[in-house]
Amino acid sequence: MAPIVPVASVAPVHVSGPKRSSRSVYILLIPGLAWLAVFFLIPLFTLFMTSLQKESASKPGTYVFGIQLSNYANALAEYWPQFLRSFVYAGLATILALAIAYPLAYFIAFKAGNWRSLMLVLVVAPAFASFLLRTYAWKTILADDGVVTSTLNSLHLLPDGRILNTGIAVVAGLTYNFLPFMILPLFASLDRIDYRLIEAGSDLYASPAKVFWRVTWPLSMPGIVAGTLLTFIPAAGDFINAELLGSAKDRMIGNVIQTNFIEFRDYPTASALSFALMAAILILVFGYIRRSGTEDLV
Amino acid sequence: MTNEGPRAGTSRRVEDLRLAGLTKVFGDQRAVDELSITIAAGSFFALLGASGCGKTTTLRMIAGLEEPTSGQVFIGDKDITELRAFQRPVNTVFQSYALFPHLDIFENVAFGLRRRGIKHVDAAVGQMLELVELSSLARRKPSQLSGGQQQRVAVARALINEPDVLLLDEPLGALDLKLRRQMQIELKRIQSEVGTTFVHVTHDQEEAMTMADTVAVMHAGRIEQLGHPADVYETPRTVFVANFLGQSNLIVGEKIQGGESVEVNAHGVRFTMPGSRNFAPGSQLVVGVRPEKMIVLDLADAGRIPSGQNTLHGTVTDVSYTGVSTQYLVLTAWGQQVIAFEQNSIVGDRCAVGDPVVLHWSPQHTFGLDPAGGLSSGIDPSVLALESDAEA
Repeated sequence: MAPIVPVASVAPVHVSGPKRSSRSVYILLIPGLAWLAVFFLIPLFTLFMTSLQKESASKPGTYVFGIQLSNYANALAEYWPQFLRSFVYAGLATILALAIAYPLAYFIAFKAGNWRSLMLVLVVAPAFASFLLRTYAWKTILADDGVVTSTLNSLHLLPDGRILNTGIAVVAGLTYNFLPFMILPLFASLDRIDYRLIEAGSDLYASPAKVFWRVTWPLSMPGIVAGTLLTFIPAAGDFINAELLGSAKDRMIGNVIQTNFIEFRDYPTASALSFALMAAILILVFGYIRRSGTEDLV
Repeated sequence: MTNEGPRAGTSRRVEDLRLAGLTKVFGDQRAVDELSITIAAGSFFALLGASGCGKTTTLRMIAGLEEPTSGQVFIGDKDITELRAFQRPVNTVFQSYALFPHLDIFENVAFGLRRRGIKHVDAAVGQMLELVELSSLARRKPSQLSGGQQQRVAVARALINEPDVLLLDEPLGALDLKLRRQMQIELKRIQSEVGTTFVHVTHDQEEAMTMADTVAVMHAGRIEQLGHPADVYETPRTVFVANFLGQSNLIVGEKIQGGESVEVNAHGVRFTMPGSRNFAPGSQLVVGVRPEKMIVLDLADAGRIPSGQNTLHGTVTDVSYTGVSTQYLVLTAWGQQVIAFEQNSIVGDRCAVGDPVVLHWSPQHTFGLDPAGGLSSGIDPSVLALESDAEA
């Protein structure tokens, strides 16, 4: 189960208008707020309460109400390697996706001409097949007797002699699966850049490379931030890629949460890990947004 | 260091800008057609024309943002045609300013210097911001500035590089009328202070005439006429210029006598003009006169007209009082509407609708043009549509 991160923010409400219209605005907000309450806030609260439960003294294997903060300490002490690995894999996948997506988005935004719409459709097209199916396909592509592995092996480029069931496969899978979420915001951001700014840059003695680093790149920062977040956050909580493409040594925190929930039925530990993951991501995201300084660009 | 403005300390010679057969073809359209002009160093040159006449394309080719199909651009003796935009000693003030939204005003102005590897920019930027009177706003972002302030930043950002030529692409188009007048004066002041060659593209004839010392009227990729604003206005050489720059009354006629003094018969009326003011190659010609050159007299006062004046009889069909002047529409015997502006300096009654009047003006204010291109060339199409609606 991928963690839910509260990205939905309520649209700004103009309270300065006449009373009747502001009341109708609040009425319009009710369905959304109700949805948020029933399917996000209440489950979140339940999850939090579960993360503090303790094992029943009379019936071992079941859990009762409690405020047992040690659940968090124990869970993190036991599973910190998977935690760390999740962030490393998600970080690598995000960097790779950015490296692949940026030139592509740049091309679509500035050079594609009539091919633009088609290319955008192609970017989204894989989403028509299920996430699971696409990841299974990578199993075949990266299989030990597959073309990719044997080619790389004949060039002696693989230290382990294989790709499948290694961290490389997991990162490749993550990169592939979340690539559209990187491309689309980057495209939107690049497409919004006034071409005259690029011309102004070259008019002011900036070579094409300098124009890119001094004008295009900073102006596409909102897209870079949005794209990296949309890639990093789900990738950090993902378990399917590690499950299908990795070995036991490549398990991520998503896998741990899943096994604790489904197999061990250790709900407090699983909940505590989910909560810790959410908190860690929130802290990272806030730090990241603050550092990238995109507030005054949007 | 002296404080004589941003050019202090540089004794670089400013050189002429020369376009030689500059041509740009888009598809099957010749946007700019064999343009050859020399723009003197230090002059304020205006390229005036309607949208689509090729003036912006010309400017972009000088800037290096557009590649000419053929022809060359020279600065002094140096051919810069093959240089890319960032290699040219030319800077542009863009139509919508194109200020970098992610940089503050200081960094916007410093951009060109920094890209050329100049480390210490504080003094130059400070001086430049002083020149455009924006020193207090150095740390603001462009979006926090008014249109007029953004415009001045755009000028500062270009001028700080001490370009050989400063290109201005409709720089005042986005400003309201009052601010535009103010900025016109401001730009002239800056130009005379820095002495850089300014090439200014505009569709606003008043702007071109008030600011520039040379105006080139452009039409369909070619320059129709080039000269001092007053000369171009007083002596238009084509129907396009006569109509585009101000207003003109144009009457079709036939030359009956050439030489020093040209005589024309138009609808049975005789007009005279100096031979030097006749630009029609054949005997068919268009007699032109500016509305403010005509004096409107009540028919009863016709005796007061000095001899040698051109005269035209008609009936007043409309009088509009505009404060400074009064506009008369006068219908001639052959059914043509002519327009005359009278300064409101006379004492007594003005002529009224229905009055028979006589218009007179000096032959020195008369010009003769080639009728080949039609009489409506250069008139704003929307005005033409309005007129034909009124007739229908």
